[in-house]
Amino acid sequence: MNPFDLALRRLDERLRPPRLPIGDVSYALHDTGLGQLVLAVAEPGTVVACSYDDEAAVTEHLARALSPRVLRRPDRLDTLRRQLDEYLEGRRRNIDLPTSTVLATPFTQNVLEVLRSVPYGSTTSYGDVARAIGEPQASRAVGNALGANPICIVLPCHRVVRGDGSLGGYAGGAEAKHFLLELERGS
Amino acid sequence: MTVAVPPFQRLVDEHWRDVARLAFALAGPQEGEDVAQQAWVKALAAYPSLVDARNLRSWLLTITAHTATDHHRSRARRPRPTDELPERAVPPAETTDDRLWEQVRALPERQRTAVVLHYVADLAHTEVAAALGTTAAASRRLVSDALTALRSQLGTDLHEVGS
Repeated sequence: MNPFDLALRRLDERLRPPRLPIGDVSYALHDTGLGQLVLAVAEPGTVVACSYDDEAAVTEHLARALSPRVLRRPDRLDTLRRQLDEYLEGRRRNIDLPTSTVLATPFTQNVLEVLRSVPYGSTTSYGDVARAIGEPQASRAVGNALGANPICIVLPCHRVVRGDGSLGGYAGGAEAKHFLLELERGS
Repeated sequence: MTVAVPPFQRLVDEHWRDVARLAFALAGPQEGEDVAQQAWVKALAAYPSLVDARNLRSWLLTITAHTATDHHRSRARRPRPTDELPERAVPPAETTDDRLWEQVRALPERQRTAVVLHYVADLAHTEVAAALGTTAAASRRLVSDALTALRSQLGTDLHEVGS
């Protein structure tokens, strides 16, 4: 038996978690009407993730792709959180912060680049995006690439729908995609 | 080549209590928090160049123990005021727990580190030996000597010590 057992159990009540410095990547869990998002910036403040995936999956991806010095620092995400909330309340059209698609593959990066020319309130189709990147046969691959968008909402992959006008897939679910398109339509 | 290591936050979430316990036991209530804080800063700095990710808990606890040792030595080197309030320099230990931790801190350095790594941080003798740069047999001896000393200091006050 551990001779310190009782003293340790009483000690645990006095312990406080450490205050850590800023690492290479800071992240926060942010609750929205669309569910919990994992937000992350590469320090000193480039947005690299806005994801519907869970904390473990996103932080592991960040650790592998950027640096293992990934720390939960909600204070470092204050601006992004505020802008997202404003956007989701219909009071803002763009997230006005530097971004990097470093978590995406080169093909996905090409696809996401096309989103810059799809303004607030409009939509385009998977086929149109495929043509825009010079691969007109690749609309399925475009769909997969958009599904792998590491910076959802900020890079508006929800503005890409099927050629027949139906919604198509979305990482945050069909309901979230519908909500975002309706929000931008102003209804 | 670098190895795949988990996001640092996971180490913090999983091990901060162990680090805080160890720092407290080695450095006491006032200094323990500083020692833990310094240990985390050191670990964060060293993390990207870590070459062996197999036992991160033991790695963190070893950093914490070394930080406590350095802290202890730099305090010992600092000049002490001699004529000021000698009666109140060390507040009297109030509870049996305080007396236990005080006696632990009064142990010789290697005994203290060994007994705390083994019983507070729950490291095996092989891991304690690695942290101290010695053998498992020597670690066993240090821990046993430490318990003998604690028992004789604390007498029957603390029957939980090594019964």
